[in-house]
Amino acid sequence: MSTTVIDYTKELPVVEGRPTASQIEVVVTAPLDQFPPRKWWYAFAVTLSMLSIGGFCIGMSLYKGLGLWGVNQPVGWGFDIVNFVFWVGIGHAGTLISAILFLLRQRWRTGIARFAEAMTIFAVMCAGLFPLMHTGRQWLPMYLTPYPNQHGLWVNFTSPLLWDVFAVSTYFTVSLVFWYLGLIPDLATLRDRTTSKIKKTIYSIFSLGWRHSNRHWQHYERAYLILAGFATPLVLSVHTIVSFDFAVSVIPGWHTTIFPPYFVAGAVFSGFAMVQNVLIFVRQYFNLKHIITLDHLEKMNKVMVLTGSMVGYAYAMEFFIAWYSGSQFETFVFLNRALGPYSWAYWTMVSCNVIFPQLFWIKKIRRSIPAMFLIGITVNIGMWFERFVIVVTSLSRDFLPSSWGHYTPTLYDAGLFLGSFGLFFTLILIFVRVLPVVSISEVKAVVEGAQPSHH
Amino acid sequence: MSTKQLYSITALFDSPDEIIHAASETSKAGYTKYDVNTPYPVHGMDGAMQLKPSRLGFFAMAFGLLGAVSAIGFMTWVTLIEYPLVIGGKPFWSWPAFVPVSFELTVLLASVLSVVAMIVIYFKFPNNAHPLHDTKYMKAVSSDKFGINIQAEDPKFDEKAVTEFFKSLGGKEITPVYFDEDELSHGQKLFDPKFIGILAVVAVIASGTTYFIFNQLMFMPPFNWMMTQEKLKAQKPSELFSDGIGMRNPVDGTVARGFLPYPFKGQLDSVGKYLVNPLLPTKEVLETGKQKYLTFCSPCHGNFAQGDSRLRGQFPNPPTLHSDKVRNWHDGNIYHVITEGQNVMPSYAPQIARDDRWAIIHYLRALQRAQNAKESDFK
Repeated sequence: MSTTVIDYTKELPVVEGRPTASQIEVVVTAPLDQFPPRKWWYAFAVTLSMLSIGGFCIGMSLYKGLGLWGVNQPVGWGFDIVNFVFWVGIGHAGTLISAILFLLRQRWRTGIARFAEAMTIFAVMCAGLFPLMHTGRQWLPMYLTPYPNQHGLWVNFTSPLLWDVFAVSTYFTVSLVFWYLGLIPDLATLRDRTTSKIKKTIYSIFSLGWRHSNRHWQHYERAYLILAGFATPLVLSVHTIVSFDFAVSVIPGWHTTIFPPYFVAGAVFSGFAMVQNVLIFVRQYFNLKHIITLDHLEKMNKVMVLTGSMVGYAYAMEFFIAWYSGSQFETFVFLNRALGPYSWAYWTMVSCNVIFPQLFWIKKIRRSIPAMFLIGITVNIGMWFERFVIVVTSLSRDFLPSSWGHYTPTLYDAGLFLGSFGLFFTLILIFVRVLPVVSISEVKAVVEGAQPSHH
Repeated sequence: MSTKQLYSITALFDSPDEIIHAASETSKAGYTKYDVNTPYPVHGMDGAMQLKPSRLGFFAMAFGLLGAVSAIGFMTWVTLIEYPLVIGGKPFWSWPAFVPVSFELTVLLASVLSVVAMIVIYFKFPNNAHPLHDTKYMKAVSSDKFGINIQAEDPKFDEKAVTEFFKSLGGKEITPVYFDEDELSHGQKLFDPKFIGILAVVAVIASGTTYFIFNQLMFMPPFNWMMTQEKLKAQKPSELFSDGIGMRNPVDGTVARGFLPYPFKGQLDSVGKYLVNPLLPTKEVLETGKQKYLTFCSPCHGNFAQGDSRLRGQFPNPPTLHSDKVRNWHDGNIYHVITEGQNVMPSYAPQIARDDRWAIIHYLRALQRAQNAKESDFK
């Protein structure tokens, strides 16, 4: 048996095969210049159908009201809040990759940052849909903001639900600015490449007149650093504040201090699973295997096994604290989660989030596309059920047994959930056809030989 | 050619090493109005061009502070001055609750306004009318070449000398770039009829849409408002139920709290076995019993239950309650009499709640004992 020595002191090439700058450009911009193939149209038809089912359910909920949903006393938060937390969580991978990995000088992020950021924005859009629908009078969203009104009243600044409004809208805005900032040089490159007059006009408008000038790059890089510096605490704060929606209440099973870190870890976990799943298709269909390499996917799987274990630790710690606290309500809620009427959801969650991702300790599985795809899907299923378990089990059986109830979602709940997936994937399908899925300028800069040799 | 106004001389290079060299040579040669254009930021270029570090961080700090101060200030004003409300029993100015919103606004203003400041102040963007746009040079540096250009407004600029300088550095495709004549002669006329026409159309559409949305659409279904929506109002008919009655009748068999139906009618002798006083003769119960007795019973039975009515014969005097008969009764028998009435005495069930009747019985027992004390009671 021969021993292979791996040189850990040398960083693996971020982009395989030393492509030239123009080769990178050609391969990344190829999907933008062609008429979409038949496969894309099939996919688009499917996602658009899902979106229209969701649109129908939204229309009915607007017209008839929220009585169409399964929420009622005592479970007033059902699929809507579950889906909200789920989608906000999905969004966390993008900012983590683009901001935190940037600050940590992880150069491998360049290949996947653009796509992950786009996913963040789309996921937050899906997430925002649900609380808005949940308000019941969806045409009065300004009541969520502190604006001067004829009632002389302001919003309640001590309510976590208001913090949520600020956190999610700030997160969306900053992610959008971050994403757009990264797009400016690429849009300028597209502007200079294209032969179509209409496209050139559009690219000219959105590239703002970027000239690749070094006097601009200097400030641009500083701005990117500043944004990364602000986005890092921001991404941690967003899911922290989402978890406050639960943790600041007094419902057993929610009123715990472990929620913020536990939610953030779970968000990164599910976000990476979603990014990994979608990137597997993207690199396959757009011939980007040398830019989004197997190393990238493996690194994401490593992040997943880390965050998955953190989530598993949190599950165990919740049980320990429930016993250690001596609170009979707390103890009951956790026994009820594992053994009560929703135990099937609980055990789905545990197996999908804690048990299956542990397979990523094996290198072969970490580098096998079908295996990582399947595990990524189970992680997303598990993380959805985590939010279901947290929201529904705690509400359905709290302090007074006489006030217990059972939550059963309706077809409209399911339709809205399906519709959010339709919105997400429709936006992704449009995105991969109209904008470069990989940051051209950033990837050019990390190819071997792209930087001066004396440096 | 001579009518064209020169903007700059440009040169292209193939590798990052060459452009770094060219940039540092240009800067050493004393040129100041020059720029380097590269498809991506090249490390070490700022040093080669002798650029001062970007001051964007100061903008970020200023905007961040603005966000923090305005958030905290606004929330303080709202909760202390404008509309103080006690929420959750906490102080008006509960600052820990202000942390999340202040943080978010700090991040929002710092990041968004820094980017806007960079684009508007440093880049002077949007600007799609720069002479370098749409040149071969721009297309090359946009893709994979590294370019440098020295502008005509540089004090040391000389067309021939700059061309020779670039040649000596090994630059390729050394070409002059001219200002676009259309752009130079382009002027915006404020009172262009076309412009005013478009403005008018936009104004009409915007105000029309606003009027329609806020005054018409918002009052059409499915939009409904709490003032006008269907709802139950006390003492009013309602369309929500098929019988049109808003106040609903209680479900059959509903029992109001404290009004359990009394099943024993006219069975004075036997009830004693079934009814037991649920209260203990505590001080509070005796106090209640005393108060209720004095209010409801004493007018006829007398303050000490001796049948000495205060009604001065206007109403037949009841017998004393210290008779052996009453003293030997079970509590249940007395309760039955209070509840159902006896002879001339009417039912007191409507006036005296159930537990108060039992309390009266305790008080009555105390009166009986006090009036008929035995030797043993004095010990």
